[in-house]
Amino acid sequence: MANRTLWAQRLVALFLLGCLLFSYPLLALFDSRGEVFGIPLLFAYLFAAWALLIVLMIWVVEGSRR
Amino acid sequence: MPLGGLILLTSCAYLGVLFAIAYWGDKRADAGRSIIANPYIYALSMAVYATSWTFYGSVGRAAVSGVGFLPIYLGPTLMAALFWLVLRKMIRISKANRITSIADFIAARYGKSALLGGLVTLIAVVGVIPYIALQLKAVSSSFLIFWQYPAIQMPSQSEAMGPLQDTALYVALLLALFTIVFGTRHLDATERHEGMVAAIAFESLVKLLAFLAVGIFVTFVLYDGFADIFDRAAQLPDIGQLLTLGGPAGTYSSWAALIFLSMLSILFLPRQFQISVVENVNENHLAKAIWLFPLYLLAINIFVLPITFAGLMHFSAGTVDADTFVLTLPMVHRQEALALLVFVGGLSAATGMVIVETIALSTMICNDLAMPLLLRWKALGLAQRRDLSRLLLGIRRGAILLLMLLGYMYYRAAGEAYALVSIGLVSFAAVAQFAPAMLGGMYWKQGSRAGALWGLSLGFLLWAYTLLLPAFAKSGWLPLSFIEQGPFAITWLKPTALFGLDGVDELGHSLFWSLLVNLGAYVGVSLFGRQSSREHAQALLFVDVFKSAGRGASLWRGSASMTEVIALVGRFLGPDRAAAAFANYASRRGQRSSADLVHFAEQQLAGAIGAASARVMLASVVQEEPLGMEEVLGILDETSQVIAYSRRLEQQSQELETATRELRAANERLRELDRLKDDFISTVTHELRTPLTSIRAFSEILNDNPDLEQAQRAQFIAIIVKESERLTRMINQVLDLAKLEAGRVEWHASEIDLAEVIDDALATTSQLMQERGVDIQLDLPPRVPPVIADRDRLLQVLLNLITNAIKFCDRESGRIGIAVQVLPEALQVDVRDNGRGIDAADQDTIFEKFRQAGDNLTEKPQGTGLGLPISRQIVEHFGGRLWVHSESGRSGTGKGATFSFTLPLGQSDVAVPGPGHETEDKT
Amino acid sequence: MSKTVLIADDEPNIVISLEFLLKQAGYRVVVAHDGQEALEAIRRESPDLVLLDVMLPRLSGFDVCQKIRENPDWRDMRVLMLTAKGREVEVSKGLALGADAYITKPFSTQELLAEIATHLGGK
Repeated sequence: MANRTLWAQRLVALFLLGCLLFSYPLLALFDSRGEVFGIPLLFAYLFAAWALLIVLMIWVVEGSRR
Repeated sequence: MPLGGLILLTSCAYLGVLFAIAYWGDKRADAGRSIIANPYIYALSMAVYATSWTFYGSVGRAAVSGVGFLPIYLGPTLMAALFWLVLRKMIRISKANRITSIADFIAARYGKSALLGGLVTLIAVVGVIPYIALQLKAVSSSFLIFWQYPAIQMPSQSEAMGPLQDTALYVALLLALFTIVFGTRHLDATERHEGMVAAIAFESLVKLLAFLAVGIFVTFVLYDGFADIFDRAAQLPDIGQLLTLGGPAGTYSSWAALIFLSMLSILFLPRQFQISVVENVNENHLAKAIWLFPLYLLAINIFVLPITFAGLMHFSAGTVDADTFVLTLPMVHRQEALALLVFVGGLSAATGMVIVETIALSTMICNDLAMPLLLRWKALGLAQRRDLSRLLLGIRRGAILLLMLLGYMYYRAAGEAYALVSIGLVSFAAVAQFAPAMLGGMYWKQGSRAGALWGLSLGFLLWAYTLLLPAFAKSGWLPLSFIEQGPFAITWLKPTALFGLDGVDELGHSLFWSLLVNLGAYVGVSLFGRQSSREHAQALLFVDVFKSAGRGASLWRGSASMTEVIALVGRFLGPDRAAAAFANYASRRGQRSSADLVHFAEQQLAGAIGAASARVMLASVVQEEPLGMEEVLGILDETSQVIAYSRRLEQQSQELETATRELRAANERLRELDRLKDDFISTVTHELRTPLTSIRAFSEILNDNPDLEQAQRAQFIAIIVKESERLTRMINQVLDLAKLEAGRVEWHASEIDLAEVIDDALATTSQLMQERGVDIQLDLPPRVPPVIADRDRLLQVLLNLITNAIKFCDRESGRIGIAVQVLPEALQVDVRDNGRGIDAADQDTIFEKFRQAGDNLTEKPQGTGLGLPISRQIVEHFGGRLWVHSESGRSGTGKGATFSFTLPLGQSDVAVPGPGHETEDKT
Repeated sequence: MSKTVLIADDEPNIVISLEFLLKQAGYRVVVAHDGQEALEAIRRESPDLVLLDVMLPRLSGFDVCQKIRENPDWRDMRVLMLTAKGREVEVSKGLALGADAYITKPFSTQELLAEIATHLGGK
């Protein structure tokens, strides 16, 4: 169960990370008309950050089961 | 038209498949082999969050606000990270209290308040009806557009269309029928619908596949990947605003408000509560949902912008509603199959939402609105009716139909006022009003019924004023001046700029005021009011759900007739189900007090008719003695907190006491050791000084008298040599003992033959024995089993005992005896002398260091006084014992003393029979 | 007339050495091997000086010393405590009981003889 409380805490940390990633001022850094590989910067950033969060969640939830 | 027929056929076939899945799921559940007991199904069913509002509306919203459609999905992603913390507690509370809806949850938390349950139901119904309307609109317009294939023609609202020609009405009725059929098949105490969940999970798959199919078609078939679409879209006017924030895509604050709002709605939308809390089979399924659900949302959104841009580029501005791009893009490119798939996907998105939402709402309406009213309406005589289960089902079915028709009416009346996404947000803002009462109720014991009531009412009013009324005004039901100038031209009452709060978008504005007032009233009233005892009891049950499992029965006191209670439950669940439930309960828990049974009955009833009504019903058959506030506080606080606290204190003080005791003992031991060490050193120095004295004295005598006689000289030198030897021996033994006591001795344990060691010892001492004229008598068994010991050390022990015996045996006719006995588990060696024996008082002290049986001997014994302590240490090291037995020889004609020691037999010879027996060779 | 010295010690070799030394110095020597014997010898011989070992069997040196001092007849008898126990407590205990000097073992034979001579010299 100690394991469980640990990953609950890790998930809260991810929540805070997500709040940071999806709000001002980090958002403002990418809020411009630039492009990465032909994809608008903000769009690319949002989906990349989103995917990163999900990967981290998978890592926390599934990784700690083993 | 063949295509029209195909559309109808496909729709019916799809609903048929859904029904089949639901039916199969229910059958499996009845058979006890649940198909939804699977974390993937659970996570997929959560995706009921993505409705037609997502399926069609995201593109519509993206066309206007670009990336502004995303926060609605980012919020749930963030909340998913908190699922384990928040949702799990919600599930645990709901399971423990048989809660079947949000209304039930809030009512139960605040003292099973029927009023609160009714209010929550009202807010949920009013708030969610527009959302249902939205689904009906989506299905009917997608149907109408597809019907026109291959033409692309927007269904026009201006065209006067009677309700009977309106497809939306038929959609509504069809969905109502469908929901009734597999949403209210039977009444269950847990209010779970396994078949429905299976169907919803399937729908989630369908809508995802359909959307991905369109996305891939548009992005990779029509265009050359993401980069290509974005590249070409660069020519679109205002494209820049769509891809950055600050413009139509929303400011940072509105972006944050949307994220916050969608975080709350993923918890508090009635359908989400139904799926993720009520229908949850296993808390651990949450773990999978934590990442799978956000992943689903990401997948269904990744192609939104490409489809939007493709639509904007393809259709000239204004001709085609962006809400329909998902469907019209495949149509215009003559992809009938894909368009059909999209249509089915949209249908699944809408039906999924409608089914779950109406089931959830109908449960609320039945349990928290209709039943309390009907039960109080004495004239109906409901409380006396025998079987109410049919009535309950009837109410639910009626509620579903009613909800669907209300949705339809809203759609007819206001459907065109807002784009799809805006309607959805109105609903989100409505259910966000539940947040203070729900979350406060879960984590804050002080939160009171009055606080929740005030907070919810005021929040709801402000929501209606700032969001719903403007929507009505935009639909033409109210004069537009109402929004533009404020009611009666009072500008500070302007619904969209209350108290002059301007510059925030409508949603953020509404959210700010409604939640501020809601939270303020909830907290304020709770803090300054008092909870009733029942409220306090429920608050503890909710907040401490992880601590106090299965409590609550103890809070009831009174008398009840069991047959009446069972009959009562039977009236709601059906007599057979009730009898089965009680039989099951009895077999599981054994004979319990009536309080326990009443508690169980209340739980059963709560599942069927809600917590508040269940209490009212039970009160009619049992005589409850009201518990005072102090008593409840006594029962709950004492048992849960005070006792736990005092137990902890008690435990701590006990631990402290033990520690203190141990410390004191240790200290005592240390002091004792210190004293012993002191004594030891003093004794050692004394013992060392004695031979040293002789040595020095004779050395000086020899030195000062060079002309001493030869004989005397020789005598003195002999004394010096002898005393030196004594000194050396003493030093060696002191060191030896110190090493033994410190455990720094190297032992060379091996299997040894004791008889052989005894022979050795006798050989060594034979000289001394001859000098003293001592007789030796040896008594060995035929075969001495081997023991495990250090041979040299054992020899040391034997030598010590034998020389002692020689020294102390009778002067005139000394006789010593050595005997070996084989005991069941050990060997015993006795060394006997015929001296004067040892006083009982001395028998212990002789084993102490430097204590020779001594003070009243006429002659000072020879030796160091360390032999016996050393021998005892050695014997004990090998697990044996060394002791002396002597019939005290006060008179001087003693019977001698016998020193005995044992040594445990080696493992292989443990089973050796008693002394004197021949033993078999077991090696 | 030569002075009489009683040697009360249980260590035979020490007794031998003391006996030799004192006889060589011209004293008359009486020997006792334990406390009881020592008291008897004192009664019998009334020695001028007693060389008293503390750790005597049967009756300790302290007891013997106390007995000597209790008896006014023996007021002039000199008592020299001889012991291997050199701790402060023992020394002060011996002196408190009325011993004239306290000599720790091992002793220097010269010093011992000098000490004895000092205590007997006055007579």
